[in-house]
Amino acid sequence: MSNRNSMNQFFDRLSRKKGTGSFISSLVAIGIGLIIGLIILLISNPREAFAGFFTMLIGGFNDGTRSFGNVFYIATPIIMTGLAVGFAFKTGLFNIGASGQFIVGAYVAVLIGVKLPQLGGFQWVLGILAAMAIGTIWEAVPGLLKAYLNVHEVIASIMMNYIGMFMVNYLIKQTVLNVYTNRSLAVAPTANIPKMGLTAIFPGSSINGGFLIAILFVILMYIILEKTTFGYELKACGHNRFAAKYAGINENRSIILSMAISGMLAGVGGALHYLSGAGVYIEVVDVLAAQGFTGISVSLLGMSNPIGVFFAGIFIAWLQIGGFYMQRYSFVPEFIQIITAIIIYCSAASLLIRNYLELRQLKKDENLTADSDGDTADIVNVENQGGDK
Amino acid sequence: MDYIIEMLNIRKEFPGIVANDDITLRIKKTEIHALLGENGAGKSTLMSILFGLYKPEAGVIKLRGKEINISDPKTASHLGIGMVHQHFKLVEDFTVLENIILGAETVKNGFLKMDEAKKKVMELSNRYKLYIDPDAKVSNITVGMQQRVEILKMLYRENEILIFDEPTAVLTPQEIDELMDIMKELSKEGKSLIFITHKLEEIKKVADRVTVLRRGKCIGTYNVEDVTKESLSEMMVGRKVQFTVDKKDITPGETIFEVKNLSMKTKGSTKNTLNKISFKVRKNEIVCIAGIDGNGQSELVYALTGIRHFDEGQILVHGEDWTKKSIRYRNSHGMSHIPEDRHKYGLILEYSMAYNLILQTYFTDRFQKRGFLKNDSIHEYADGLIKKYDIRSGQGAQTVTRSMSGGNQQKVILAREIDKDPSIMIAVQPARGLDVGATEFIHKKLVEQRESGKAVLLISLELEEIMNLSDRILVIYEGELVGDLDPKKTTIQELGLYMAGAKRDEVKA
Repeated sequence: MSNRNSMNQFFDRLSRKKGTGSFISSLVAIGIGLIIGLIILLISNPREAFAGFFTMLIGGFNDGTRSFGNVFYIATPIIMTGLAVGFAFKTGLFNIGASGQFIVGAYVAVLIGVKLPQLGGFQWVLGILAAMAIGTIWEAVPGLLKAYLNVHEVIASIMMNYIGMFMVNYLIKQTVLNVYTNRSLAVAPTANIPKMGLTAIFPGSSINGGFLIAILFVILMYIILEKTTFGYELKACGHNRFAAKYAGINENRSIILSMAISGMLAGVGGALHYLSGAGVYIEVVDVLAAQGFTGISVSLLGMSNPIGVFFAGIFIAWLQIGGFYMQRYSFVPEFIQIITAIIIYCSAASLLIRNYLELRQLKKDENLTADSDGDTADIVNVENQGGDK
Repeated sequence: MDYIIEMLNIRKEFPGIVANDDITLRIKKTEIHALLGENGAGKSTLMSILFGLYKPEAGVIKLRGKEINISDPKTASHLGIGMVHQHFKLVEDFTVLENIILGAETVKNGFLKMDEAKKKVMELSNRYKLYIDPDAKVSNITVGMQQRVEILKMLYRENEILIFDEPTAVLTPQEIDELMDIMKELSKEGKSLIFITHKLEEIKKVADRVTVLRRGKCIGTYNVEDVTKESLSEMMVGRKVQFTVDKKDITPGETIFEVKNLSMKTKGSTKNTLNKISFKVRKNEIVCIAGIDGNGQSELVYALTGIRHFDEGQILVHGEDWTKKSIRYRNSHGMSHIPEDRHKYGLILEYSMAYNLILQTYFTDRFQKRGFLKNDSIHEYADGLIKKYDIRSGQGAQTVTRSMSGGNQQKVILAREIDKDPSIMIAVQPARGLDVGATEFIHKKLVEQRESGKAVLLISLELEEIMNLSDRILVIYEGELVGDLDPKKTTIQELGLYMAGAKRDEVKA
């Protein structure tokens, strides 16, 4: 009996802690997503379903250090796009244009990588800086439109996606086309981001210094959002723009800066992916960059928190590597996208779970402080939160 | 005696607290029974039990002498128990009629029989004098009519026991009078009413009997005729409450705040929302702007605080022209603003209490260094204010503001705004939705401001608050100031005439 009590107390404390609610709800979402995934596997190929499912779950363990390192390699760009989407979310904005920012960032990085080998060791640095700049500009445009003309950022960002994609296709043909493969030329060896000793830890994998750069941005974004007055202003606008205005915070400035920083992050993601030295090239096809949309999933799963985004990115990459090895059991790797999609659906539903947890806590707290009478409005607000987002 | 509903010896516990401790509530048929208590006294818990939302640990509920078990709100509804919630539960995009029949539709072969429903609703509407427009969209009708829709919802379902949860909190004085009449009409027609409130005035006006709760305990049930307002409030709060605030006699000093010919145009209309408003607020003075809700008060406050631009006129503080100053400038140069809607403007509910206390000062050197928030000084500052203003919460400065009670949320705003040491304090309905104790506290603080040499501008709908606090009353009607009255020389009746636009004087600054 006393054992059960202390267990209850433990969970009570756990669920009272800030952020635990969202963490638990993400875990629940992942669990449900995996179970539904297994069911689909069973339907499509019952004989090898469990073997395939197991392969997917052990993801990075499939091929020792090689596959483990590749998890981080795959995670790098989607952590960046996830950070981008999450950062905008914190200010109450939806950057659905990460694909566009990603591809224009990738293009300028590749352009510098091909055309300026004389820069030597600075080539990759300049490539990343240029990608930052163009990504910033790319999303600052919807930011400006939103701030001054009240154009919805989702519409403007989607438009910028297509402008980015077609423009990059055109520019590649004009500047850095490999006519035999219909994709961009290989960049100079000095344009590839140095391995920074990571291949020594994960031999045989495509991991490179880009992963460390992504970690750097995760920490940087966390500090900006949680520790600075700038983050305080951005989040204030995101939570309640009326109160932000009342407090004298310049809302337009916050919108523009938040969008610009968001675009910068996605742009860097493009550079990190195509300067990875892993033999990837920009294909001249009329398809939006998948990393941009995966970024939305990563951000949702990570609850827009930079640290959460980091782990969500690694998790999705883990599944993608698992999916790659599932081909052994004649499952197509696209299957992973189905599972990811289910997990995202569930994490949307997990908002409901989280709200339920919060609501329960709220009721408890209210009763404890004996202040339950006055503001039933608050409870209603919590219920509505899911719908607001 | 004939009781329609009896709740006997009800006990309800939540972890760490007894919300209802041996409470007995007996409602006679066709009476209006008031349930009086401060926030947190256990009124809502008790009603939630009657409505089937909570299960009591002990106690019996009897309907017409027969013991019943109310397991959920649906059962309660079947038993004829209906409730008008403080925050209406209406579908904004539906018409009045659609809202009334929602959940109780009459259907034929899967099609709604709207005509029949409409006939029934209109019959009820006429019989109880609940005037509504059945085809209007809920989002377009007044708060008063929305409440009548809620009442009709209960009547349409043929509920016999009607619970009103703080129904007057959102109404104007006129609408409150109308509601009182409606409630009397309902009891005359044979309904039994439970009226949850903490406003003593209304109990005296309309209720037959009253049950007082305090901290989960039942203090007693009394005939309203036999008790005075003073004794009721003492029973509710547990100590003597002052209704009138002691104000020292001070002659106002020099002008601090001056508004000259302020006008705000209305889009698509030739009539101005605000028209040539001029007034002065002096040192040691509380000037009150009285008026019926929606006569331009909100817009005036937005204009004065810089939230909305206006077309003509001037604002002066200490003789300095503030017309074009930013919100931040006003915030940090001596203007405090207690907003009308504390959830929309006053607080960021997702932020901790500490972060809300620095909402307008987070950028000062005290709370940041090179762009980084100084959490230690922020918390130290917050802890100081929490102590000084007796702000209660679950986890101190860390408490997420959303989880706090309305009264304590208002105290957060009050603490923040007073601590800025303003020269002009603009308070908009500062006691809205608060109980007697909290209201008393806030009024005392405002008078303290006056006495310490500030100028206070109070915008209020509550006549009692206006008469009690102000040194001068300005009446606003349809965006114009129509009266400049001395509260010592005027009466509530006269004030009412000005507010209704039946009487007007030329008002000069």
